[in-house]
Parts: sequence; C-alpha cells; structure tokens
Amino acid sequence: MTGDEILVAARDLRRDYAMSAGVVHAVRGVTLDVRAREYVAIVGPSGCGKSTLLNLIGAIDAPSSGTLAIAGQRLDGLPDRDATLFRLRRIGFVFQRFYLMPVLTALENVELPMSEAGLGKTERRTRARELLAYVGLGERLHHRPTELSGGEQQRVAIARALANKPALLLADEPTGELDARTGEEMIALFERLNTDGTTIIVVTHDEDLARAAHRVVHMRDGLIVDDRRR
Amino acid sequence: MILALARASLVRQRARTLLAVVGVAISAAMLLDMVMLASGMRVSFGSLLLAQGFQIRLAPKGTLPFDTDATIPDASGIVQRLRARSDVIAVSPVLGAQLHVEHGTASVSAAALGTIAAVQGDYKLLEGELPAQDEEIAANDALLAAVGAHIGDTLRVAAGFDPQLRAYTGQRALRIVGRAHFIYLSAGERAMALPLATLQSMEGSSRTDRASLLMVRLRAGADVEAARAAIERDVRTVSAISTATAIEQVEQRLSYFRQLAFILGTVSLAVGFLLVTTLVTVSVNERLGEIAVLRAIGVRRVRIVEQILIEGSAIMLVGAFLGLGLGLVTARYLNSILAAFPGLPEAIDFFLFQPRDAWVALGLLAGCGILAGVYPAWRGASLPIAATLREEAVA
Repeated sequence: MTGDEILVAARDLRRDYAMSAGVVHAVRGVTLDVRAREYVAIVGPSGCGKSTLLNLIGAIDAPSSGTLAIAGQRLDGLPDRDATLFRLRRIGFVFQRFYLMPVLTALENVELPMSEAGLGKTERRTRARELLAYVGLGERLHHRPTELSGGEQQRVAIARALANKPALLLADEPTGELDARTGEEMIALFERLNTDGTTIIVVTHDEDLARAAHRVVHMRDGLIVDDRRR
Repeated sequence: MILALARASLVRQRARTLLAVVGVAISAAMLLDMVMLASGMRVSFGSLLLAQGFQIRLAPKGTLPFDTDATIPDASGIVQRLRARSDVIAVSPVLGAQLHVEHGTASVSAAALGTIAAVQGDYKLLEGELPAQDEEIAANDALLAAVGAHIGDTLRVAAGFDPQLRAYTGQRALRIVGRAHFIYLSAGERAMALPLATLQSMEGSSRTDRASLLMVRLRAGADVEAARAAIERDVRTVSAISTATAIEQVEQRLSYFRQLAFILGTVSLAVGFLLVTTLVTVSVNERLGEIAVLRAIGVRRVRIVEQILIEGSAIMLVGAFLGLGLGLVTARYLNSILAAFPGLPEAIDFFLFQPRDAWVALGLLAGCGILAGVYPAWRGASLPIAATLREEAVA
C-alpha cells in the first residue's frame, strides 16, 4: 500500500443508541478519509463520540447508517463472522486499560492473535519475540501482566496489536492509565511505529500524544468540527 | 491456545474450581451408586439363580420356592419323570426344615436342607466332604461357631420338640463331614445340609417322599420357557418358574428400588449440572472484559464457546472420575449394610459394579458438563463487544 491510498473511507457515518431515556446520537454523520501511513489523533471532550467512531472503524460496533470501507473492504453490514476475521487480519487494537490476558505470559499474549490466525507455533513464537523486542520488552517475555508495570503492559498490548501485521492500528486513550514519563515513552513508540509504516488512529485527551500526530481531528456532539494536518 | 486459556481460567480460581470438582464428584458418586442400584439387584439375583446352572424351579402348586411350608408329594416319582425328559440333564430335590441342635442344656436352631449331594445346587463345600451318606451333615460357619463344633464331631439333632412328653422328636446323631457356604441364605443364618432321605425320615411321615423344591437343569440350547410350560402341564402338583420369570417377579417386587434410584440419580445429575452451570457462569461474568477483548482482537465466537465448554466439561470430567472412585467406596459400604437385611441371600448385591454402569454415568456427566457450559458459552459469545468494553472501562 502506498502513502497516497485511502485506507479508511467513512461516509456520513452514524451511530444511534436506544436508551431508556431516548435515542442517543453518538455519531451523527461523520465523513472521514485516512490515507495509508497517516498518524491521526481524534480529540474532543468526553462523550463527543470519538471512541464510538473508533469502535466503528475497528468493526467492533456497527454503524446505524452510512458507509465505511477499510482497505477497500466495506464494513457496514458485514456479518459478525467476516467482521471478526477482518479485525483479526487487518486491525490492531490498543486499549486504555491494556486488557491483556492475565493468565498468559507476555509472549503468549502476543502469540494469541497469531494462533487464532492459524500461524504455526515456531513462526508465531519467533514473531512474538521480535515484536516484544521491538517494543523494548525482549527481556520480559515470560512475565505475566501482573508482573509488569503499566507502561510495560501497554507495550505488550501494542505488540499484540501488531501481531498479524495489521493495515491499521487503533488506540483508545493509550496513555490514559500511564504516568507522564511512561506516557512520553509511549508517544515515542507510536511515532516510531508510524515512521516504520504503520497507519495509526488514536483517540486521546492527551495533548502531547495529539501533538505527535500528523493530523488532528476534533469532534464535538458526534460530528467532526475541525480536521487539520500539520 | 484456547485450551491453555481454559486451563488457566480454571487454575486461576483454584479454590473455587476445587470446590466445584468436589461437588461434582459427590454428585457423580451418587449417580453411579444409583445406576448400580437400578440394575444391581436384577443382575445379582439372576447370577445367583443361574450360578449352579438350574434354569427351572418347581415349587408346590400356587407357591413360590420356599415361600410357604408346603411340600411337593411324590418327589421321587416326579424326579424320575423329569429325568426321563430329553431336555433335562439333572434334577435336584430339596427339602427345607428347621432343626434343633442340642448344645449343653439348650438347643440351637438351624435351617436344614435335605438334598442329594451329587446334584445339589444350594451350597458350596469349603472344606471336608459332601454329606452323601445317611447321618452325615455339612454345616456352615455360623452353626459351627454357635455349637462350638468342628468337622468330625457328632451333633445331636432333632426335628422338633414334643411339649407333652418334654422330649425331642426325630432325634438323630449326625456327624459333621464338611464345612459349607449356603448360597441362598442370609448372612449369619445358621444352616446345615444333609441327605434328603435322612431329613425326610427325621421329619416323620408328613415329609415322606416330599420335597420343598425341585431344581431342574436343562441341556445347553434347550428352550427354557417351552420346557417350563411342558413340566407344569405334565406335573400338576407343581408351579414351575424359570430363572427369567423369577427375575421378572423380583424386579416387580423391587421396582421401588429402581424408581428411587432413578429419582435420586436424576437429582444428583441435576445438582451437578446446576453447580457447573453456576460456577462457569460466575466465571464468565467475571471475565466479560477479557472475552470482549478476545473478540475485539479477532477471536471467533466459536473459540469463545469452545473455551467455556472445555471449562465446564473439564470440571465435570475430573469430578466424574473422582466420583467414580468415591461411588465405588460408598456402594461397598452401603452394600455391607443392606447385605445384613433379614431374609435376603448374602450373595445378593444391591450395588453391583459393571463397567457399563461406569460408562453410563460418565456419559451422562460428560453430556451434562457440555450442556452446563451452553448458557455461559452463549452469554460469552454473544457479548456486544463495544458496549462491554465501555461498561468495563466505566466499572
């Protein structure tokens, strides 16, 4: 994929939730293109719909209307089975709370998506070691999440997200649970990932992280109100 | 990897998993015992009746064997007629009575079986010789212990006591030639076997040429039911009962045992099922975030279902295997209690272990283990990913 190709193409994307108090319009008609190798930060106040938009792009939630395509693959209306397979092969997720499997070691956590994708044990073990070394945890392979610091857990989560060489890395508040110094390390890691060719969309309140992105999308009340490239 | 996750999930909550396994083991033990109880009596009784190879028993008309004091007249004539049949290879007449053995100034009563030693099928000789000659007996351990006698000793034995004359009647001196185990008698019941003619003469004129029971052994391959019907037609003074019919009658009389076994077995299975369902559901509820993340990173629903079903089945199977051991131990203990039931042959097993029972119990438990995981697996697999992650984040 070249740098000019549109990787994410969202058109008039909407997501409504039926709540007891009425219908909540979390995303109210977002149109957004993200090119390959871009590093995009989505910012805005709490409840503006940025995480919902990320979930839609990541195919873990389905839009109420509008169209969404990633790498040419339409995701709106995609059956669960196909959406799952798409997430496995094309999307990498990083969550605010890391969400590693506590019963697995760092190495096993990174191997998990590769195992699901059907990679052989030797191949996935080799790649998991390489990824953990890439995020600076080459010496912590056999530690369980409870034996790792917050920053280290987030690095494992990033390595896991990169396991199946995804087209797109999505991160929801990746520095939200980290102290300032560790947050800076994470920002540097994201920059390195992007420099090495990974397309990144990050949702954040962290101004430093947003500043590191090449493009900042501002959202308010479920709509994009500003979209600037640096 | 899914296997590793399932194993790790069980190991993570060791105490809870252990308690569930113990609960299932108890449930499985009870289920096995109930399965054993449901068929044990029938199989055990059938084996007991067929142990000596007699397929048909003849009792006085309208009675069951040893159900009353009634006897069959012209026993020797009937034996001859039966032996003349081409499908009969042996006939064993048996006369039952209660005899009194003098012991010091008192007497000890004992069950006596008058048989023809060469064809008898009521006892097994443990030591010494068969009581084939007049005035010889084989006694069981309970009788020998009660009168303090041994093989070679002579006992004064009477058929009855005349209160007017204050004297024993039908008294004889009988020599102990053997030590025997009586197959159809209950545990601890004192008993002796002696030649049929000896007992008939001791009992007096009322028992001359009479027998309480005639046991008939047929040739291999003979049609038992046809032979039974023919004998009953031919010998009007007897009711003929085949082993199959006897088992059927026992089954009818003890049907409440089967019903009890079925109800208790079902209850124990239901308890095991609910226990595992509850435990796995609680475990899944604690891991909703983890499951949502697995789904988010591309783990298919079927994998989530597999993992949860494996967890439920593993608890059930480990518990089941432990329960099989526990069930055998408890069955043995319960059998020892029930074996002392008055009037029941010692050899009857209420809880008879057969490999088929273990497989049935294991199969039922394995099925339950899989079913127990269905609800939590469905719950885990059908989670809305984004909403669950949002709720987890808020929590």
